[in-house]
Amino acid sequence: MKIDKILLDHGSGGKMSHQLITDMILPIFDNPMLEVLHDGAIFDIAKQRMAFSTDTYVVDPIFFPGGSIGKLAVNGTVNDLAMCGAAPLYLSAGLIIEEGLSLTDLGKILKDMALAAEKANVKVVTGDTKVVPKGAVDKIFVNTSGIGLIPRQVDISSHRARPGDKVIISGSIADHGMTVLTQREGMIFNSPVISDTAPLNHMVTKMLAAHKDIHVLRDPTRGGVGTALNEIAGKSGVGIKIYEEKVPLKKEIAGICELLGFDPFYVANEGKLIAFVAPDYAEKVLAAIRADEFGQDACIIGEAIVDNPGKVIMQTSIGGSRIVDMLTGEQLPRIC
Amino acid sequence: MAIKYLEEYRDPAITRKIVERITAISKQPLRLMEVCGTHTMSIFKSGIRHLLPETISLLSGPGCPVCVTAQNEIDAFIALSRVEDVIITTFGDLIKVPGTDSSLQTERAGGRDIRIVYSTFDALEIAKKNPNKNVVFLGVGFETTAPTIAASILAAKEMNIDNYFVISAHKLVPPALVALMSTREVNIDGFMLPGHVSVVIGTKAYQSFFKQYQTPCAIAGFEPLDILQAILILVEQIETGAPQLTNGYRRAVTFEGNVKAQKIMQDVFEIVDVKWRGIGTIPDSGLKIRKEFAAFDAQKEFAIIVSESKEPKGCVCGEILTGIKNPTECPLYQKVCTPMNPVGPCMVSNEGTCAAYDRYHSI
Repeated sequence: MKIDKILLDHGSGGKMSHQLITDMILPIFDNPMLEVLHDGAIFDIAKQRMAFSTDTYVVDPIFFPGGSIGKLAVNGTVNDLAMCGAAPLYLSAGLIIEEGLSLTDLGKILKDMALAAEKANVKVVTGDTKVVPKGAVDKIFVNTSGIGLIPRQVDISSHRARPGDKVIISGSIADHGMTVLTQREGMIFNSPVISDTAPLNHMVTKMLAAHKDIHVLRDPTRGGVGTALNEIAGKSGVGIKIYEEKVPLKKEIAGICELLGFDPFYVANEGKLIAFVAPDYAEKVLAAIRADEFGQDACIIGEAIVDNPGKVIMQTSIGGSRIVDMLTGEQLPRIC
Repeated sequence: MAIKYLEEYRDPAITRKIVERITAISKQPLRLMEVCGTHTMSIFKSGIRHLLPETISLLSGPGCPVCVTAQNEIDAFIALSRVEDVIITTFGDLIKVPGTDSSLQTERAGGRDIRIVYSTFDALEIAKKNPNKNVVFLGVGFETTAPTIAASILAAKEMNIDNYFVISAHKLVPPALVALMSTREVNIDGFMLPGHVSVVIGTKAYQSFFKQYQTPCAIAGFEPLDILQAILILVEQIETGAPQLTNGYRRAVTFEGNVKAQKIMQDVFEIVDVKWRGIGTIPDSGLKIRKEFAAFDAQKEFAIIVSESKEPKGCVCGEILTGIKNPTECPLYQKVCTPMNPVGPCMVSNEGTCAAYDRYHSI
């Protein structure tokens, strides 16, 4: 009988586990460090500052326009490292699989992970696979951890926004969250919506080449741009003023947000970054972002100010103003 | 479905003109109430309050469905979620509302099957897929949601789905306006009437209210310019001493309203007196499932007994809902009652006045 689904035996640690790893996982990630199948990957590292990050992905559905849980899991950790100013080097991948997941789906997810890793120029060097009984997880959950190296003189932190800094966003907001939601609810629209999941490390490299002293970098994932800006305002003790009409928002995403009652400022992004840069260098850094394939719609959306420390204030498109507060509670569960 | 973004209703140049006109003609201090929670949110989100002259105060009325749902109704929802083999389906806002001793959120964490849906027809689907369970939809809201919920009962009957139930806690807007105007402390110079509700019930539904009280009324859409235009209409009426019932949302609202939706609503529901949070019982302001559809009435199917319901102590949601007090005048506001840990429903619901104040106020 041909096995086309994950069985509990695949997680037993025995023969079937071995088969799953050697037949299915290894060929996809194919690299010498992983091949030895040791308990951990062993490598040398230069005497440099490192960044280390981890994230777990539980997105539902596991496939969506623009990506999958696999692509998201690699890009997510790559981006977390990139937001520290680090060049990502190595990733680990932990899979928790529900009994009964089709091997075709698993194969697609693994392939997406490998492609994403290749695109971001990182290697998956160690991993783990567990299978749990039906119902214990929903299809598959993926954890990735990663390490990266931070170039000298780079000092990026949420504490470093200064009054006068320009706030740059690398492209349109709310694409990922609304894509996942509409997929999940089976809503069909004329204009297709696509998740923005993408690796941002090459963009960050270009930005740092344009100007080393970028003050803050954040990828506004869960909680969206609104929450990310609030965290920066709070940690840096500055006010942040943004201009609603300057914030890139695709018409179809705006329309869906409107229809369903979501505020795009709180909807997740998976391939966008926010940068705070001293005004003299903002245009140069903006040009560097725009030179990247995922940053073509980048623009300056506001600035850090002395007034209203810890608060984010938006000038609305009709000329009014309002506070953009941090999101409380769940706007959308399981989007990443 | 094609989506059109309503940019033309957010045009800064036209906005400026309307604001200038309002500022020019507004002389006496005015208290205008927007009855609908979506208006409240839109006003805050677009920053309209900062554009208006000081003469104009905007009050938020009893138009957030969750906020006006009485405590005993919330307690009944929670009690229903504890019934064996029941799946609760609900719009998202209700999940966090604290009842007397629990909330649906707490019940869900404790293992009860409570699901957020975007449409009553999702709830019907859940009923079809779970024939061994009883699926109950929590029917809250105004004339906007009531027809779709009525339609789901008709559909369930048509499809012979016998495990789908609705608990109806629906409320009607025009009787609430009457109740507001006949409350002594309430002091309102004009009403911005709800857009969505009016799409269903039409301008005609407010006629008897207007005749009785002669308070300026303007039906408004939800875009910033719709709202500003409604404010302008009200200010003009008040300043010229010529109150009217004006439809300021003509692209969606007609005199007759949506007759088909009204018919479905009447077929399934009958009008009863109900209790509103903070306001008390308002005659003919609620909807109960008719006898002919008793098989779908969760109140009949499950004998829910709610022991004494208590509204949270110190919470002035009732006075906030009637425009007597502002959230900042509540002793609990932002102290004990926050969006993270809401005490009253006005802080829970996305459209609640306290939540809107907390999120957007205080620049």
